[in-house]
Amino acid sequence: MVNRHVVGAHYGLRDWIAQRATALFMAIYTVVFGICALTLPELSYEAWSGLFSNGLMKFATFLFFLSLFFHAWIGIRDIWMDYVKPTGLRLVLHLITIFLLVGYAGWAAQILWRL
Amino acid sequence: MSKRTVQFKIYRYDPDKDAQPYMQDISVELEASDKKLLDAIVRLKTKDDSLSFRRSCREGVCGSDAMNINGKNGLACLTDIDKLAQPITLRPLPGLPVIRDLIVDMTQFFKQYHSIKPYLVNNDPAPERERLQTPEDREELNGLYECILCACCSTSCPSFWWNPDKFVGPAGLLAAYRFLADTRDQATNERLDNLEDPYRLFRCHTIMNCVDVCPKSLNPTRAIGKIKDMMVRRAV
Repeated sequence: MVNRHVVGAHYGLRDWIAQRATALFMAIYTVVFGICALTLPELSYEAWSGLFSNGLMKFATFLFFLSLFFHAWIGIRDIWMDYVKPTGLRLVLHLITIFLLVGYAGWAAQILWRL
Repeated sequence: MSKRTVQFKIYRYDPDKDAQPYMQDISVELEASDKKLLDAIVRLKTKDDSLSFRRSCREGVCGSDAMNINGKNGLACLTDIDKLAQPITLRPLPGLPVIRDLIVDMTQFFKQYHSIKPYLVNNDPAPERERLQTPEDREELNGLYECILCACCSTSCPSFWWNPDKFVGPAGLLAAYRFLADTRDQATNERLDNLEDPYRLFRCHTIMNCVDVCPKSLNPTRAIGKIKDMMVRRAV
C-alpha cells in the first residue's frame, strides 16, 4: 500500500452551515417552547399533552429533534475525527452514531404522534 | 539595572545520550543589558554549552526562537525577561517531534504550508514592471502577509496536535487566505477546492489559541472565517 496521506474530500461546508443553522433553530425553538410552557394554564398532564397535540407544535418539536440529531451527528463525528486514528474503527463509530441517531429520530416521531 | 539571577526549568533531551527527556533546573546571572528571554538563554549557553535552541535575527522577524515559555508559545526574542514568573519553564513547541532540547522538527508544519501553494498563481504574461493593485485591494493583505512562520499558532492548536498530517493549521490557513484575498491571484477556485475538506479546513473549532499566542498579533481565526465566507458565497 502506498504510504501517502490522501486529503481533499470536497465536503465539509454543507455540514458547517448545517451545524449553525440547526443551532439557530434550536435556540429559537427553546425560547418559543419556554414561553409556551410557562404560559400553560396549569402544570398537568392534560395541559402538557394538549400543548404537544397542536399540529404546529408537533411539527416544530419534530424539527427540533431532527436539528438536535443532525447537530449531534456533526459534533460527534468531529470527536471521532479528532481523536480516533484507525480508519476502520472510525468508520464503525460513524455507523453506530448514525444508527443511534436515526433510531432516536424515529423514536421521537413515535412519541410525538402518539400524543 | 544591577545584575540579577534568573531561575530556569528547561526541557532537555539529547537523543544520543538521554533515554528520556528531563527538566533541568538551572540559574544564570544576567547583565544589565539582558532585556529579553533570548538574551538570558544565550547567556545560559555560555554556562552550559550543550543547551540547544534556534535563534537568528533576535528581533522577531525570522521566527526561529519560537518556544513554549511558561506554558504559552512565544518568541524568546520578543519576551521581556522581567515580566516572566520564575522559575521560567521552557519547553519545545508542543506537538512536533523534538530533535534536541528546544529544537523541533518543523517538517510537518512546512508540509502543510506548502500544500496551500503559498505563491501567486497568475497565468497572464508578466508585465514589464509589476502587477499593480489599488490601495484598497492592497489593504486586504494587511494582517495576512506579516506572518513569519514561527509555528507558535499551529503548535498551540489542539486540532493540529491531533491531525498534523491532515489539518492545514492556522499558519497555513492564514497564508491560504493571504492568496485568496490577493486580487492578482487567479487560482481562487482551485484554492477553495483544495481546502473544502472536513480535515484540511473544518478541523478548526474556533478556539482561538492561535490568536492568543501570535507574536505578530495576527488573527488566523478571522482569516479562517473569511475562507469559510468565500466558500459560502461560492456555494449558496
